[in-house]
Amino acid sequence: MNEMNEVRKPPVATTGIIGWLRINLFFNWTNSLITLFVIYCLYQFIPWILDWTIFSADFKYNYLGEQITNQEMCSRNLDPENGGACWAVIYVRFYQFIYGFYPKVEVWRVNLAYVMLAFALLPLLYAKLPYRKYFLYFTYIFPVIAYFLLNGGLGFTEVSTNKWGGLLVTLVLGCTGIALAFPIGIMLALGRRSKLPVISMMCTLFIEFIRGVPLITLLFFGMVMLPLFLPEGIDMDGLVRVLVAVTLFQSAYMAEVIRGGLQAIPPGQYEAAKSLGMSYWRMNLLIILPQAIRISIPPIVNTSIGLFKDTTLVIIVGILDLLGIGRGTLADTNWLGLSYEIYFFVSLVFFIFTFGMSRYSLYLEKKLKTGINMGAD
Amino acid sequence: MRSNLGFFSDEKFRSIFFQTLVVGLFALGLFFVISTTSYNLEKRNIATGWSFLQNPAGFDISFSPFLEFKSTDTHLKVYFVGVLNTLLVSVTGCIAATILGFILGIVRLSSNWLLSRLVYIYVEFSRNVPLLLQIILWYSILIQLPRVKQSLQVLDVFYISNRGLYSPRPIFESGFSYVSIAILLALISSFLINRWAKKRQDKTGQQFPVFSSSIGLIFIVPLILFFILGSPLSFEHPELKGFNFKGGLVIRPEFIAMFLALSIYTAAFISEIVRAGIMSVSKGQREASAAIGLKQTWIMRLIIIPQALRVIVPPLTSQYLNLTKNSSLGIAVGYADLVHGFGGISLNQTGQAIECMAIVMATYLSISLTISFFMNIYNRSIQFKEK
Repeated sequence: MNEMNEVRKPPVATTGIIGWLRINLFFNWTNSLITLFVIYCLYQFIPWILDWTIFSADFKYNYLGEQITNQEMCSRNLDPENGGACWAVIYVRFYQFIYGFYPKVEVWRVNLAYVMLAFALLPLLYAKLPYRKYFLYFTYIFPVIAYFLLNGGLGFTEVSTNKWGGLLVTLVLGCTGIALAFPIGIMLALGRRSKLPVISMMCTLFIEFIRGVPLITLLFFGMVMLPLFLPEGIDMDGLVRVLVAVTLFQSAYMAEVIRGGLQAIPPGQYEAAKSLGMSYWRMNLLIILPQAIRISIPPIVNTSIGLFKDTTLVIIVGILDLLGIGRGTLADTNWLGLSYEIYFFVSLVFFIFTFGMSRYSLYLEKKLKTGINMGAD
Repeated sequence: MRSNLGFFSDEKFRSIFFQTLVVGLFALGLFFVISTTSYNLEKRNIATGWSFLQNPAGFDISFSPFLEFKSTDTHLKVYFVGVLNTLLVSVTGCIAATILGFILGIVRLSSNWLLSRLVYIYVEFSRNVPLLLQIILWYSILIQLPRVKQSLQVLDVFYISNRGLYSPRPIFESGFSYVSIAILLALISSFLINRWAKKRQDKTGQQFPVFSSSIGLIFIVPLILFFILGSPLSFEHPELKGFNFKGGLVIRPEFIAMFLALSIYTAAFISEIVRAGIMSVSKGQREASAAIGLKQTWIMRLIIIPQALRVIVPPLTSQYLNLTKNSSLGIAVGYADLVHGFGGISLNQTGQAIECMAIVMATYLSISLTISFFMNIYNRSIQFKEK
């Protein structure tokens, strides 16, 4: 009788904030212990990092209120007990981080190129852009404009590439590498799948060779060996030599990604195109490639992220990209010992670009999954 | 219907025509490159041929744990030291990255929201910051450690300073070879026991304590032998003399920076691969194994991981290849690997760029091919076997 009358407790809440906490953080006692431990670690770590990066950091002035012009004036070097990061180095050297040693009078050209780059990328990134067609025309001619704008010619004073540096070089290498590697990659992918044995073998050898060696050896190849291969009188610019290496490298990876896309096209598409009497090129350009590239866009973005990160390797052959400017600043006695600040800043810039790209790739993947139906039936 | 160029629309003819054209153009380009190169080499007085490999290198290599290296040794020896250093950092990096990556991949799927978020943040940060930057950052942290005189002491035998990690060097005395033979035999026999036990379990259903017997074979038997032979192993401790340590085993900060950066960077990628692999195993598998009463740990070991491995191994292979190729970035911190030692210093000293780069590239290609070969064998062994 007693048992029958026992009052049961209501079931444990699984909704609302309490329910969420219970399921995700305090499900059982091990889980709760882990949660408490992690919270404890974060409690130790987060205030410290916030203090270092923001609250006791110097941005332009030190704690005495003086404007910082060298590392000795940083708060933490004046008084080790007081002060965190010294971001003043970024503030003072900001110009070099963004433009390198580009002449100050001409810097509007770089700024204009940055803005134009954003407009050129818009139609590529966002398919529903109004007037996309006209924007795309601009995208096609943008490389030419950018070349004359940055390098000079057509009435602009020439700015030699050894004055370029920082983010400018990083973006030039990244964008040019990706843009040039795309058509070469398509050709290589088609070549590798070609029925002509010689062409297929040559493309395969090229792709596998490039993918089998590290980028740094290709950069050395561009820097040390390329001048030996060319006849006298042709003196290639350092940046161009590096670009050749980066493009070769990226096109091999691009080719493999696009080949993956080509393989996903059902054979019926080829047969249908051929039965309409299309030639090889018409079939590929009008039927196969548009579909193959569309499904390989997410992996293309991923290899592009890889390339963007790999552009830092050019510092080894003496080109001053963002990281190179950072290292150069550290070698300056005025800013000795500020390595954490500088590397933090450079990492942050790279992180913003690459994380943005990877988010974009995820968004595309989601869109592709729901958007198209690869008519395999 | 046939056009005037009838023979040109013939598929066979066209195929031969285009291929000959391509081969011809390629040969022409090759001939052009070779002739200009030989002209350039002659003009710049750069020697050709392989005889430079026998010349004394004339520089020192600070980190060469396997081969004794003096500046009078040849460039060929520089090459071998470089290959060994590349392999050392690649192999240790691959092992550490795999272990860390698997742990993180599993933790990422943990039901604890905080823990899985924390791993997510780690993965995003280490994937999205260039590896070279990470290597340089680790190196700059390591060389800001205290100087030798104020070096941190761990457990009384390890010394950590800005010159690296000093630890006691084991000295193997005459009897130790028996112990190593015993360890080797124990490894082989435990492998055989494992196979036998699996076969027996398949046939009769009886289980054999493979794990504990292997542990016993591998650790306890050699240990007993070790003491019977009178502990034929002693340690040479590092001692502070003047400005530096003498003796002992030293691990240079260049190596530590490379090892940390490579394994932490690659582990982030591996953890994502592992996560995708585990998530690819359908939910029904987990539910079915829970329904037949398997414990959580057994579900993971016997049901989930073997199926996930099929998805994990191919991309894991390419991560190993990437790590090996990325080990070439040691040049940024002065780690004397293949690219820095042979492709960098030797190349600059001899000026024979073509030969040096050819050797370096060929070596990387063969390392890559070897890794792919073994991983392909492993991949085949874990794929579905139709019975």
